[in-house]
Amino acid sequence: MPDAAASLSVSVWRGGPEAGAFRSFDVPALKNQTVLDVVAWIQRNAEPTLSYRFACRVGMCGSCAMMVNGQPRWTCRTHVRKVAEDGRLEIAPLRNLPVIKDLAVDMDPFFDKWVKAEGVFHSSTDRAADIAPVRPSTPARVAADAGIECINCAVCYAACDSVAANPDYLGPAALNRAWTLLNDAKDSGRVAILDAVSRPGGCTSCHSQGSCERFCPNELSPLTSIAGLKREAAWRFLRKES
Amino acid sequence: MLDMRLYMLQRLSALVMAPLVFGHIAVMIYAIGGGLSAAEVLGRTQGSVGWMLFYGTFVVVVSIHAAIGLRVVLAETIRIGRLPLALFSWAVCLGLLYMGLSAVHAVTAS
Repeated sequence: MPDAAASLSVSVWRGGPEAGAFRSFDVPALKNQTVLDVVAWIQRNAEPTLSYRFACRVGMCGSCAMMVNGQPRWTCRTHVRKVAEDGRLEIAPLRNLPVIKDLAVDMDPFFDKWVKAEGVFHSSTDRAADIAPVRPSTPARVAADAGIECINCAVCYAACDSVAANPDYLGPAALNRAWTLLNDAKDSGRVAILDAVSRPGGCTSCHSQGSCERFCPNELSPLTSIAGLKREAAWRFLRKES
Repeated sequence: MLDMRLYMLQRLSALVMAPLVFGHIAVMIYAIGGGLSAAEVLGRTQGSVGWMLFYGTFVVVVSIHAAIGLRVVLAETIRIGRLPLALFSWAVCLGLLYMGLSAVHAVTAS
């Protein structure tokens, strides 16, 4: 139920890739309200041309991430009361990605880097082969399982200062994906993955600041995954494996 | 900016540097705490192959480690081409080597 006395002061980024500015809106404050609810209210009641992305509204699809008061958040699962500062919200497009319009960013660079990091499945069999047994208890599978719940929301990518400083850096999500595949018994792309993450812009560009882990909405640790890649790449270098 | 070779060189130089840093701090505490004069310090270091190797190694690994570290800082702070970046790294490395080895020579040569 709306509280007639309370309203939120919300600044929302409006503009395209070249120019834009924050616009302010007064939005009715509710007891239970997510940041995505606030954005939807503005579009439906005040600014019909406001562009933003969402799909599932339950934290599964990874499409609604935005900067909220300067920090990357999955907006559909972020309660206003937890992030509003004195009833104020500043909502902006995700950091480190080109803006298309308003709150919608171009995700191409983010996903291109997944491919560049060899974050694609490398099959070694065909569909006629028997299904390979995978023991859940092996250390490799445990390591892979720790990272596979990524929803590709790009919150870690937006949080990462290394990405901001070095546009060639593949970023936490792509490297986390590479790490899960490296530990996947069914994936045969070990050499390709380690080649990809050992190049300039790969895992060696991570400064271990840990913003990815701090902001990951699924509480994953890309930092740990990247440390694993650094370890594997270093051993491979020392053993001179090809 | 940082290929695997440079990355490993920086890690391995750190590996060598870490115990030397502790050794250096211990020496500083001993020298200052004990109130050694410059002449007393030189009396112990001049002609000493051990101190020459200790601080000579220290200077070499510091020069490598610092040059690679500053290379990354520079590349991430300003947009810079590969050649200027390489020149900068070499200049830092050789500059530190020259200054450091000169100092080591000055206190250990007999």
